[in-house]
Amino acid sequence: MNYNWDWGVFFRSTGIGEETYLDWFVAGLGWTIAVALAGWIIALLLGTLLGILRTVPNRWLAGIATCYVEIFRNVPLLVQLFLWYFLVPDLLPEPLELWFKQDLSPATSAYLSVVVCLGLFTAARVCEQVRTGIQALPRGQLAAGHALGFRLPQIYKDILLPQAFRIIIPPLTSEFLNIFKNSSVASLIGLMELLAQTKQAAEFTANLFEAFTLATLIYFTLNMGLMLLMRLVEKKVAVPGLIAVGGK
Amino acid sequence: MRIAPQFLAAAVAAALLSSSAIAEELTGTLKKIKETGTITLGHRDASIPFSYLGAEPGKPVGYAHDLQLKVVEAIKTELGLPELKVRYNLVTSQTRIPLVQNGTVDLECGSTTNNLERQRQVDFSVGIFEVGTRLLTRKTSGIRDFADLKGKNVVTTAGTTSERLLKAMNAEKRMGMNIISAKDHGESFLMLESNRAVAFMMDDALLYGEMAKAKNPDDWVVVGEPQSYEIYGCMLRKGDPAFKQLVDKALSATFASGEINEIYARWFQNPIPPKGLNLKFPMSDELKKLIANPTDKSAEEI
Repeated sequence: MNYNWDWGVFFRSTGIGEETYLDWFVAGLGWTIAVALAGWIIALLLGTLLGILRTVPNRWLAGIATCYVEIFRNVPLLVQLFLWYFLVPDLLPEPLELWFKQDLSPATSAYLSVVVCLGLFTAARVCEQVRTGIQALPRGQLAAGHALGFRLPQIYKDILLPQAFRIIIPPLTSEFLNIFKNSSVASLIGLMELLAQTKQAAEFTANLFEAFTLATLIYFTLNMGLMLLMRLVEKKVAVPGLIAVGGK
Repeated sequence: MRIAPQFLAAAVAAALLSSSAIAEELTGTLKKIKETGTITLGHRDASIPFSYLGAEPGKPVGYAHDLQLKVVEAIKTELGLPELKVRYNLVTSQTRIPLVQNGTVDLECGSTTNNLERQRQVDFSVGIFEVGTRLLTRKTSGIRDFADLKGKNVVTTAGTTSERLLKAMNAEKRMGMNIISAKDHGESFLMLESNRAVAFMMDDALLYGEMAKAKNPDDWVVVGEPQSYEIYGCMLRKGDPAFKQLVDKALSATFASGEINEIYARWFQNPIPPKGLNLKFPMSDELKKLIANPTDKSAEEI
């Protein structure tokens, strides 16, 4: 391999104002976090709602949630992103379409598309985990709730969900990390998040390996940090003996 | 203790045999080509009309590809390898440099600008084309030059020199442009066509290529004073003077014989595959100068 290594490349000026290449990575990390967190809020709220619907004793509601999951889980993420970014704005009424394409800054319209896309995609996966969390609980709990005169929403809110969420913290952590990694698709619609900045720095400097090594380290550190955080959360909310009971 | 002398003897014998097997003292890429009977050419999929897939699957066509084949002919003659096999390897703007460096691709001819950053990683052949960076816009947009872009949405392709120039211009002249970095030229044009941007800044030859692909080519126009000139070259591995000399010689001979004019006319002034479009792009004075005096320097060094 005939390669010129140069780790000092990050501190070199980009030729645009006062910036160094390192500033690009920092700005990119900011966008990555902004995309992932906003997407995660949508995913968690919608996913929880759908997960509950899949378990309620109503065939229609459960059917709608199942359809949603099958559609969003079986279409590649990148295809979904292109649909949200290129196709959906064209289906809007014309004043709204023009506002989205021309009045909004390009970064904002790309950001909105990718947040909606990642949020809805991840919601399908969160939904399945919430459903398994609920179904992992003994069925007798639902019956006991009814026998004690609870209404269905109360049973979910006070009995089932608090236990289900504790059970699914580990797989939810995975999804939480996934959304950070999946946010890199935003680079393909021109949002300058971490991967886009990395590719740009690699192209400008011709120091591809340094740029991607730094990006790898940033993604890794970020995700390790989040994983440790979620472990703390899991410990903090743990109720002794609960998960063992839930598993039976 | 007895293994070592035997091993040494075998090694010496192997070295003697292999050196006597090759008559000439070939090194680097030429040695590899001679030994394997194969050359791997790097090409692009959508750099119209330089190197792109259009006629048949897996096989590129284009201006740069024709010149690449001139080099292959020269190698066949030079190495006495009439049966030399050509292997094609698709590269993207991100993969082209590492694939040349790690030996996957022997010679990449496409639309790669020769610049100082890249010269630290690879060597360039003599320049094969020269472009100016300009703007593509709708005839009705009212944009006539870069000054008209103040406060507008402008698209360019990520990782190109145009992107850097546009961002620098925006910062220095406080133009308040919103710059969109699309992932490839096709997507940049899509941004332009779907009214997300009013202008697309790129190398003029590529803009003519995008214009020719449009649903209605007459709606579009290339405008603006070129912000920079760039020389395209073929990339090869660094520190391989014998191979570079052969490549440069083959290209210079094509320039000197005037054959370059036919190749130019074929790709820029005649209908080209796949849709039979004519770019109608006359040869620029810069390119004429480059052909008269071949150089492997980048535009910034001249």
